Amino acid sequence: MTQVSMTVNGKSASGTVEGRTLLSQFLRDQLGLTGTHVGCDTSQCGACVVHVNGEAVKACTMLALEADGAEVGTIEGQANADGSLNVIQQAFQDHHGLQCGFCTPGMVMSAAALLKDNPTPTEAEIRDYLEGNICRCTGYHNIVKAIMAASGQDVSGIAAE
Amino acid sequence: MYAFDFERPSTIAEAVAALQDEDAQALGGGQTLIPTLKQRLASPSKLVSLSGIAEMKGVSIEGGVLTIGGGATHAEVAADACAPLAALAANIGDPAVRNRGTIGGSLANNDPSADYPAAMLALGATIITNTREIAADDFFQGMFTTALEEGEIITSVRIDVPPGGANYQKFEQPASRFALVGVFVARTANGVRVGVTGASEDGAYRWSEAEEALNKEFREDALMDLRPNPAIMIEDLHGSREYRAHLVRVLTKRAVAAIG
Repeated sequence: MTQVSMTVNGKSASGTVEGRTLLSQFLRDQLGLTGTHVGCDTSQCGACVVHVNGEAVKACTMLALEADGAEVGTIEGQANADGSLNVIQQAFQDHHGLQCGFCTPGMVMSAAALLKDNPTPTEAEIRDYLEGNICRCTGYHNIVKAIMAASGQDVSGIAAE
Repeated sequence: MYAFDFERPSTIAEAVAALQDEDAQALGGGQTLIPTLKQRLASPSKLVSLSGIAEMKGVSIEGGVLTIGGGATHAEVAADACAPLAALAANIGDPAVRNRGTIGGSLANNDPSADYPAAMLALGATIITNTREIAADDFFQGMFTTALEEGEIITSVRIDVPPGGANYQKFEQPASRFALVGVFVARTANGVRVGVTGASEDGAYRWSEAEEALNKEFREDALMDLRPNPAIMIEDLHGSREYRAHLVRVLTKRAVAAIG
């Protein structure tokens, strides 16, 4: 067992983990941050996407010890300081960008990573960026719409309700 | 996953020392190795992470020579390498995978459907390890097999940026998005080179007949009468040998057309 320390959503967090402990397990089981969902556990589905030093990664495919000393961001850290939804989360609600909600934490974290690098992505760029985030409910249309809306773009012309 | 010890050294020398233990295994970005460990298809006694080694990071181009650290991620290659290789890296896996997976890890694994091996062969890359330099032609030795010795680490890759341009064409297997077949064509200072991935039972290879034809005349029609040999191709539920052989020729033509 090894001591691991990182900053999670701006607060320092530490624990004792095995070499094989995944970042997703550390966040969920030791820190209680169960918003990071584990869907497939094979790095296909993207429900576990978190930010490590500002970059989107799949927390189920990264060892906790690899994140030692890193700045980690999870869905729990996305809301505004007063607890209200941030612009991406609000857009998902406004545009019904979810049904069952299981994939949503990963979708929001991926969307945040995309908009950081590309503040006004095209619909095609959004769809391309979400290649590693699988949603089995929505058919993606409203997720894409929500992300476009979150970037301040007009979404009235986007098809499919 | 079975239990293993974990080390994260900060220099190549420390990593080499840590890999001396029996059944120790280097960990690049882990985008292949961690899923493999989860399936218990590998059971190393110790993982030695290469992610903390500053001297293995970075991508630079100086005087027409591209140098990529073994620990550079696909995202970093996509951002900073010469255009044809950057485009290839930008289409590996998905964005989150590209933020972790490394070129050194991919080359050491030599997956028969990986993109980089075709590029390394076509670009005549040099694979640099902690002990030696290995030409790409000597590095890839069949499916999941390379010239690397136990405990040897890919520290960087050196590539002469091809003066006549290059292009990679990938036909994606629609579910996994791995290359069903991928062809990288480069007009190097030493002539045209064609690297093929995904197709052959022996892993990535150079299509020498196409190189010969394209060196005489660099246009699509030069490939008109060539037929890759189906006998060497992979056959599985995603495509027959004949289909893969057909794709090799079609993708080579498309790459030639793209270079112009």
